[in-house]
This record gives sequence, C-alpha cells and structure tokens, in this order.
Amino acid sequence: MNKIAPVAEAFDLSTYINSQESKSFLRFLTCGSVDDGKSTLIGRLLYDTKLIFEDQLAALEKDSRKHGTVADEIDLALLVDGLEAEREQGITIDVAYRFFSTEKRKFIVADTPGHEQYTRNMATGASTADLAILLVDARNGLLTQTRRHAFIASLLGVRHVVLAVNKIDLVDYDQKRFEEIKADFESFSSGFDFDSSEVIPLSARFGDNVTTSSEKLSWFTGPTLLEHLENVELGEEHSEAAFRFPVQWVNRPNLDFRGYSGTVRGGSVIVGDEVVVAQSGKTSCVEKIVTMDGDQVRADDGQSVTLTLADEIDISRGDVLAPAHSRPDVSDQFAAHLIWMSENAMLPGRPYLLKCGTKTIGASVTEIKHKVDVNTFDHHAAKQLALNEIAFCNLALSEAIAFDPYEANRDTGSFILIDRMTNETVAAGLIWFGLRRATNVHRQALDVNKKARGGLKGQKPAVLWFTGLSGSGKSTIANAVEQKLLSLGRHTYLLDGDNVRHGLNKDLGFTDADRVENIRRVAETSRLFVDAGLITLVSFISPFKAERQLARDLLDTDEFFEIFVDTTLEECETRDPKGLYAKARKGEISNFTGIDSDYEVPEAPELHLKTAGRTVEALADEIVDRLLKDGYIGSDNTWVI
Amino acid sequence: MGIDSQSHLRRLENESIHIIREVAAEFDNPVMLYSIGKDSAVMLHLALKAFYPSKPPFPLLHVDTTWKFQEMITFRDYTVDKYGLDLIVHTNEEGVKNNINPFDHGSSNYTHIMKTEALKEALTQYKFDAAFGGARRDEEKSRAKERVFSFRSASHGWDPKNQRPELWSLYNGRIAKGESIRAFPLSNWTELDIWQYILAEGIEIVPLYFSAKRPVVERDGTLLMLDDDRFRLEPGEKVEQRDVRFRTLGCYPLTGAVESTADTLEDIVSEMLIARTSERSGRLIDHDSSGSMEKKKREGYF
Repeated sequence: MNKIAPVAEAFDLSTYINSQESKSFLRFLTCGSVDDGKSTLIGRLLYDTKLIFEDQLAALEKDSRKHGTVADEIDLALLVDGLEAEREQGITIDVAYRFFSTEKRKFIVADTPGHEQYTRNMATGASTADLAILLVDARNGLLTQTRRHAFIASLLGVRHVVLAVNKIDLVDYDQKRFEEIKADFESFSSGFDFDSSEVIPLSARFGDNVTTSSEKLSWFTGPTLLEHLENVELGEEHSEAAFRFPVQWVNRPNLDFRGYSGTVRGGSVIVGDEVVVAQSGKTSCVEKIVTMDGDQVRADDGQSVTLTLADEIDISRGDVLAPAHSRPDVSDQFAAHLIWMSENAMLPGRPYLLKCGTKTIGASVTEIKHKVDVNTFDHHAAKQLALNEIAFCNLALSEAIAFDPYEANRDTGSFILIDRMTNETVAAGLIWFGLRRATNVHRQALDVNKKARGGLKGQKPAVLWFTGLSGSGKSTIANAVEQKLLSLGRHTYLLDGDNVRHGLNKDLGFTDADRVENIRRVAETSRLFVDAGLITLVSFISPFKAERQLARDLLDTDEFFEIFVDTTLEECETRDPKGLYAKARKGEISNFTGIDSDYEVPEAPELHLKTAGRTVEALADEIVDRLLKDGYIGSDNTWVI
Repeated sequence: MGIDSQSHLRRLENESIHIIREVAAEFDNPVMLYSIGKDSAVMLHLALKAFYPSKPPFPLLHVDTTWKFQEMITFRDYTVDKYGLDLIVHTNEEGVKNNINPFDHGSSNYTHIMKTEALKEALTQYKFDAAFGGARRDEEKSRAKERVFSFRSASHGWDPKNQRPELWSLYNGRIAKGESIRAFPLSNWTELDIWQYILAEGIEIVPLYFSAKRPVVERDGTLLMLDDDRFRLEPGEKVEQRDVRFRTLGCYPLTGAVESTADTLEDIVSEMLIARTSERSGRLIDHDSSGSMEKKKREGYF
C-alpha cells in the first residue's frame, strides 16, 4: 500500500523534505466515455493513496446517499465531479485537476470529459500531459472514441498511453475478454508513435489492480496501474532542444537597469552566450542572468529569470531570444493543425487574433488543406470547421513571428486563436512548418506611394464602406456620392456588391464561408485602389462585424470610413427593389440577411446615416460634407487643373 | 534550506512567476488580492521574485470586513511597509453603517455583504481589469475546475459551464470593457507545497499560524478565539486559555482554531503531514451546503 508519508514516531522533517524534493513528477490525463468510470478511477487513486481527508470523506458519504449511483457504497466519482450541475446529471462537464503523490512520484491528473461535444477539454488536458490513460468498459471494448482519444493524445504530443480495461469485474475477470481488447488496441495503436503503450485490466469500483494487485486477476502478470504510473520512464522534455526565450516583460526599474523577463522554453543559456533576437536578427551577448536569489551563471528549460544583454538593442514583449547558430523559423505564414473549439464555425479569411508564446497578432486561415476525421483518420476537403473538428490549414499572420515545429518544441510550436469580437479562445494550433522565410524576403520599398498618387489627385485616398440591409439604399446613395465627387473633380471608383458578384466573385455563393471570402476579396481589391490613390466606394451588405473589421485592419487608421446606412427591415421589405425579400419570405432564397441570416449592426461607424424621411440628395451631401470637413478632399479644386 | 533548481517546488515557482508576469504584461490595471494568509504570503513572495529588481507593477488590495484578527492587520501593515508596496484597503461602508456582523446576520449573509459585495465594489470602483487570487485547485472540488485565467462578466459572475479552454502555458487575457480576469498563479500548488515553500524560502507569516495560549470558546465542536470584546458569548459558554493555532485565517468569529503545540514552521509542517482534516474545514462559511463554494464563486467570491 502506498502512503502519502511514512509517519513514524520519530519523524525527521528534513529527511522527509529531501525525499519530497527528489520525487519525480508526472502529469497525466484520463479520457473515456461518460460511463467508463473515469471519475471513479481518479477517486479510487486519491482514496487508496490516502489523499482523502476525514471531513471530505464525511461529505462524500453524505453526497453518496443523495446522488450516489452505487447503492450503499461510497461513490468515489463524487469526489471529483465537483460542479453541482455535474452531480445532478451524473456527468463530468469540465476539466478538473487533481493532485496526489506516492513515495516515488508527484502527480497532477487532468480529468477530462469523454463525450463528443467536449473533445476540446481533452485537448486542453493533453496539452500539458506526459501520459494519457484511455479508459474502456471491458464489456464494450474499444469504441470509436477510443480511437479519437488516442489520436488527439498523439497529435498533442503525449508520449505515453495506457489502455485501462475497466469494469473487469463485470466480465467476471475474464482473461480471454481482456486479451481480445488488448489485441484490438495493439493493432491500431502501433500506427501512433507513442514511446510506451501499456494495457492494464482493473476495476476502479472495487480497487482491483488500481493500486494493489488482485487475486481475481492472478492471470495478469503486468503492473498495477499505479506501479506503471510510478515507473514509466519520462524523457526530459526539451533537453535536446535549442535555447528559446520568449520575452514576457521588459524590466526597467531605473535608468541603469534594462532586463528582459521570461521563461526559458527549451535548452539552456550561459552567461556570455551569443543570442539573437529572432524577428529582427540583431545579436548581443548575455551579460547577466538575474533572479531575486542572486545572479546565476546558467538558466535551464522551464526557469523564469531576467536576462540582461551586453548591447542596447531594441527588444520588446513577444520577441524571442535564441542562439545565433540555432534560430527558430521566422515567417508570417505557416502550416498547422487546428483544433476548433468554438460553437461558431471557423471561416477561412476571417480575422482572428493569434497568441504564440508571448506574442499576440492578427491572423487568418488562408486555406483548409484537409479536415481530419478523428474516427477513421481519413482526410476530407472542407470549406469551414465546426466545433471539435480538426484540420490541417495554412495561416497568414499580420507580421512575421518566431516559432518552432510543435514536434521540436511544445511551447514555441503551439498557439491559440482568439475571436476578435467575443474574445473567446476558439482554437488550439500546432505548427508544422513555415511557408516562406520572411527573413529573406524584404518588401520592395516603392518610391511612388499612395500619398504621392493621392496628392496628384488632390485627395486623401480612402475607402467609403457602405454597409446595411439589402434595399437600404446603399448603392443609390453611393452612386449619388460618386457623382458629386466626380463633379468636384475627384477620382473615385465604386465597387458594388451585385456587380462584383458577376465577375471577380462569381464563383462564390451565400453561405457564411462564401460571404467571408466575398468580403475578403473586396477588401483586398479596395486596398489596391486606395494604394492607387482613389477614393473607393464599397457598397456591400457586409453583415458581419468580423469582416468589416478585416477590411478596416487592411487599411491605415484614417483610410477606412464606415457608413452605416440605417433603414429599418420593415422599410427595406416594403421597398424590396429586386423582389428578394418576397422570395426569401417564401423560402425560395436561403441565408438572406435580415430574414434567416443575421445583420450585425456596426457599433462605432464613422458615419451613421438614418435614412428615414430623408432624400438621397441630402444623404449624399452629408457624406461629401464630412469628407470635406475631415480633409479627405479639399474645398477648392485649384490643383486639379 | 536550499531548493534544488529542478525540484518540484522550483517548477511550481517558475510556473507561478510566468503567470504573474503574463498578467502584468497583458492588463492595463491589475491588482493583487491580499488576504494576509499563508497563500497570500507565498503569492506576494512570488510577485517580488517575478519582477525583481523592479517592484511588482500593481497594488495590493485588502478587503477588510472589520472582523479580521488584529494580528492580521498588524502583519499586513508591517509587510507593506517592509517592501514599500502600494496597499488599497476597502471596506463595504454601507455594511458597516448597517452594522452587518457575523453574529446577527449568519455567516452566509455576512460573507456575501462584507466580502463578496465589498470585493465587487472595490473592483468596480478602481476599474481593475485583472485581480490575482491565491486560490489553489486542491482546496475544494469546484476550484479543481477553475482556470488559471478565469473570466468574469461585467457583473463579476463566473460561468463554470462556459470557461475558456486553457492549453499549454498560453493564457487568453482578452476582455471587453467592464469585464475582468481573476488570475490564480497558485492553481497547481497543494497545501503541503505551500508550507514546504514557506519553510524553504523563510517567508514570514502571521504569528496566528503558530501555537500560543489564546482565549477560546468551544462552540458546536469548533474552537473560536475571542480576538476583541465584540465576541458574544452564549449562555453557558466559558472562555479558556488553550494552546491553539490556525490553519487558515479569515474573520475571527468564523475561523476555527486547532489545538496544537506546534510553534515553529518545522512543527507545523510535521503536523500537517499527519493531519486528517482538510484545511477548509476550519472555515465555517463552506459548510452551509455541499455546493456552497461554487455558489459563492458564481456570485463573485474568490
């Protein structure tokens, strides 16, 4: 029996502390379906390793009577199913972290829910785990989701797996049944590159072969689950990796000290080592490694320290320091696996925020190469990604960042995507390779630029982005504005939704994914026109905030002028100039904005045009007056001669 | 006592420092909740390490219910002075005016008004967008599911079913105006880790953690200390001088003492190792019902 501590009469604290300190450490996760008994297994580990205190046990007995599912016994699952909703439904809805230790090791367990809609939680638990326990019910054997769990564990770089064949009591401790499941598992797990893979029969409910071997399983010659967890050999993560130091915080207490605080993510660094700022290519030497406990000569993987350098070079949060001879990739495009974690689908082209290490920048998926069926591991073409889907994608970033392939470094090769509007974490990403070396590609600096071109025309180029419901009057007003600008001698171009869809975008339909791509192309086109010095009028329903933000982000701050043409849905429907509302109401057109597709109202447009009771002339004048007032066009046209 | 650079405690220390720095770097106006207890002492020690040689770039906030042990307040002021830190003390003045106290209003109401409401009031008043708390996942079942960066709505509520996934050491600190993040740098520490670290690093803690003769009464099996003359004795209760210490600190009428003669850190850790009662059992507020911590957290309690 394992105990938390050998509590002897003459207790020697320092010996004890030393023994605690020399213990190794294992993070593992448990995955399995709702009824496989994960929570019971963890409860059993905590119970048998004496990690349950008396008062917790008393509460447990009380809870077991109220919610328990195992007749008169203590329901160990209730120890870990913490949230009230879970206890009522008898399921585990979120990742829970648990702690226990034995004489050999300290453990952190991530208990992750197994049913399909919570795959994202398993990925969360797996991202920091060294080992995964895949649970199956001996009566059911391997299920589709066992394959999924093995795949996700492998994808996230979990090095060791254990197949725990639970509820062996319910098949009468039958060796033959166990051997069948074992053979099944071995035939498919060999396809993954795990460092170790073990199959263990057990009963979490009765404790057979969890922490102590069982007479009922006398035919089984392997270790108990706990013995295996205590003895599985862990390679030192990143021990071979090159030194990486993502800068978290510039440490400037006074003018005499300038340090860079961060955590070593791979390799080690010694005072005097030459380091390079990966993104800028500037080099210097490590002068000091500073901590509150005194300066160090060396800093190893995982250590949080502050470095000072011999030279004053420009470094800020998000920069990565690395050895000059072993640099990370630096690129603004890479290929990666994405695990989609949001109810809202991922749409290529939609702008997201990407956090990699300590750097957060704009990013979008440029292409879904293929979606992975997590049950069959087949590849499929896809236009978008739904919750819990995994795909191999190309991503483009707003600037180049430093990274390593995930295989080489879990910390510098991983990222999350964040939705710009809701701020939720929508995806986890694992980088495979950079798509071009931005370090070697310098953008051609052009002498003739948009300022020069615009100056020639006497105007400040910009996009006037008209957004609003179909039939709100966008195109009519935009046409009137263009005519007025022309009569003032200004150079303009009008991109109209319907016209563009007949040419440039004729391959696109009206699904959400196509709408996003539609706007992306129009935004990119309008950027080119702005670069050409034109005042560009864009008249598009553009119902989604995220896409309007994408267009805004492509342009400089004062180049995007959003005009919300605000006409009520009732009014648009009454006008119905193209008869589209009537068709949509009859169900002949689907995904029609305002009817069965949302219009997200702009929160802070540059101009909010309420059209009710006003003429087109008056509305167009209001816009032109604003352009004059804000200096986009001059009040006279003397330079237009 | 030194700690090996690759040891378990160092690993926890490095992770916590990383988290504390992420918060300082990503938020405009963070604050560290300082409750004066041992976990706060460790969290503050880690913050000092995280930014050395700079000082932590955020103030400490103490929500004073006016019912804390006097020694806690003395220790708080001593610590702030010693490290030259900024301290904000906030009290729910409305509650004081209405004489809200643990005797008349019950532990649950009292805690809600003087702790939860007071905390929310302070966070709103000072517009803090991130608040560090010293909570650990091993303390209680609902905390086991808490994120390191835990999102709170503009009304400071926690929605356990709608938490942001948290992978690797990548924390999502993006929030809209009025919303905030509670950051828990000690998430992966256990109570034993805390004590071992205090011992190894020589961190000062409030003397109440050490045994001394103190005036106590026994009520419903719990030993309560008479910290001042506001304590109301019930008929038949008698005050005794006993050797007691506290495993957790809060408002003195709601904090149970344990009988102990452990008066050194070494003794406390040794005692901890043979303890069979978890630390929160000394907090009366958790016992109202089994899901009570989750309820409090949803309402904004730390």
